[in-house]
Amino acid sequence: MSWLDKIVPSMVRKNDVERRTSVPEGLWKKCPKCESVLYRPELEKNLDVCPKCDHHMRIGARRRLASFLDEANAHEVLAHIEPVDRLKFKDKKKYKDRLATAQKATGEKDALIAMQGTLKGMPLVAVAFEFNFHGGSMGSAVGEKFTQAANIALKENIPLVCFSASGGARMQEALISLMQMAKTSAVIERMRQQGVPYISVMTDPIYGGVSASLALLGDVNVAEPDARAGFAGPQIIEQTIRQKLPEGFQRSEFLLSHGAIDMIVARKDMRDELANLLAKMTRQNLH
Amino acid sequence: MNPNYLDFEQPIADLEVKIEELQLVGSDNDLNIVEEIAKLREKSTKLTEKLFANLTPWQTVKVARHPLRPYTLDYINRVFTDFQELHGDRHFADDAAIIGGMARLNGKPVMVIGQEKGRGVQEKVRRNFGMPKPEGYRKAQRLMEMAERFKLPIITLIDTPGAYPGIDSEERGISEAIAKNLAVMSRLSTPIICIVIGEGSSGGALGIGVGDHLAMLQYSTYFVISPEGCANIIWKTSEKAPDAAEAMGLTSTVLEDLGIVDATIPEPLGGAHRDIDLMAERIKDHLVERLAVLENLPAADLLEKRYERLMSYGNE
Repeated sequence: MSWLDKIVPSMVRKNDVERRTSVPEGLWKKCPKCESVLYRPELEKNLDVCPKCDHHMRIGARRRLASFLDEANAHEVLAHIEPVDRLKFKDKKKYKDRLATAQKATGEKDALIAMQGTLKGMPLVAVAFEFNFHGGSMGSAVGEKFTQAANIALKENIPLVCFSASGGARMQEALISLMQMAKTSAVIERMRQQGVPYISVMTDPIYGGVSASLALLGDVNVAEPDARAGFAGPQIIEQTIRQKLPEGFQRSEFLLSHGAIDMIVARKDMRDELANLLAKMTRQNLH
Repeated sequence: MNPNYLDFEQPIADLEVKIEELQLVGSDNDLNIVEEIAKLREKSTKLTEKLFANLTPWQTVKVARHPLRPYTLDYINRVFTDFQELHGDRHFADDAAIIGGMARLNGKPVMVIGQEKGRGVQEKVRRNFGMPKPEGYRKAQRLMEMAERFKLPIITLIDTPGAYPGIDSEERGISEAIAKNLAVMSRLSTPIICIVIGEGSSGGALGIGVGDHLAMLQYSTYFVISPEGCANIIWKTSEKAPDAAEAMGLTSTVLEDLGIVDATIPEPLGGAHRDIDLMAERIKDHLVERLAVLENLPAADLLEKRYERLMSYGNE
């Protein structure tokens, strides 16, 4: 028994298997990278970045947007968009039931949250993927919400910022999911043609259909430190080429050195860096 | 087992063997044998009709991957004339997994682009089994932009097990290469017709698949993840692929119902490989007919329609 187990009341302890990999939810959280045990309120103040090793842990879409936008003006938009089970998809479970479970667990209708507000006084639309909802996968609701958020940006001639975190296209919506790649890419192209700025911020992890569409089409592509992003998952690549992947493969630093992204921005600097970029892209002074 | 027939086609294969044997022993004058052969032929046809009238999604997957299934090059040489291949992405390399070039369709110049799986071991290796790398998608983009400049309609033939999942592919930005094609194809001011001729696997297929008209050959498939991949994720074993195929809705019938696919081009009895010339003729007729409609639209209408169609996916 570790010292931590001794001080945590037994009723908070989880079963053995879970206990080995995670520290009980509550006041303490173990950094998945350096394994330091961190005091949660302090960690939260630090935007879920480990104060010991600087590891950027995943944060939920709402916290992400709340920490990014000016507090005063932020309000949610497009909250009415809901997923539809057009295929009546059923594997071991019904997709409908999987959706209900995810909705209950996260309190969200689907995996993308959209807000309108300001960043250092500059109006913009910001969307963020909720990775805890079905692995942040993109089905029709995510694609539609992204597209409508882009439409607001187009109509009001204000920038769009997207924080992505996604396993890819949502299998259970089959080709409808695949077509969301085409749909979101088309609306981004329209923004590009009309000179409406789009910044894509890649946060751990981004794969498949989201990587091969909206995540890499920013006027400026940004990634958080050490985020993983790629088209094919590392396991699939290893199986295909039958060799081990090099250290740091598909990490932010890899993306930067291979020219896929413009910059790596730490979470604590996100507001400053993006405001600075957007002010220039919209030819405003930075306040 | 005859490798030219799939497992579920073995009863047909057995009949064909019998027919062949009878043909060897019989002389032309032997009426009994001639009659017997005719009977067996009819039986074989009926059996094929029956089997193919009720293909399961998994059987369709197998037909779409049939080793004899015609590939892009088989069609290019039959549907078009005067094909001249154009090579290279102008940045890094020429990707043999994607073929592109100008040709004539009924005399009219067009740009043709398609994935090519390659026939025979050496060719398959050279063409990376039809799995394009970033340079393939960038070559396609270059040729499509060129088509727009010279007002050539674009025809894409889709047949890939997916974009190549390898280190070099990731290093050179396979995601960006596909994403960029989706964006560019949404606004190119020239008609684009896409036909899935075999396997349409996920982003690697869609990377040359955005257009004004999407058709599928009757026994081709189009999916967001391979049935094996889907089965691996859900059941932790690829042996459940037939169940996955069932759930995924990867056939043209389902995709037409969903409004994603516009038309299904019927295949010859037993699949496109049984009569490649006939299949090519049907593809050609379909292209000529659809192109006539699309070319009649003013450019602005064409683009608006394409955009509206993209926006309508998953939104009703």
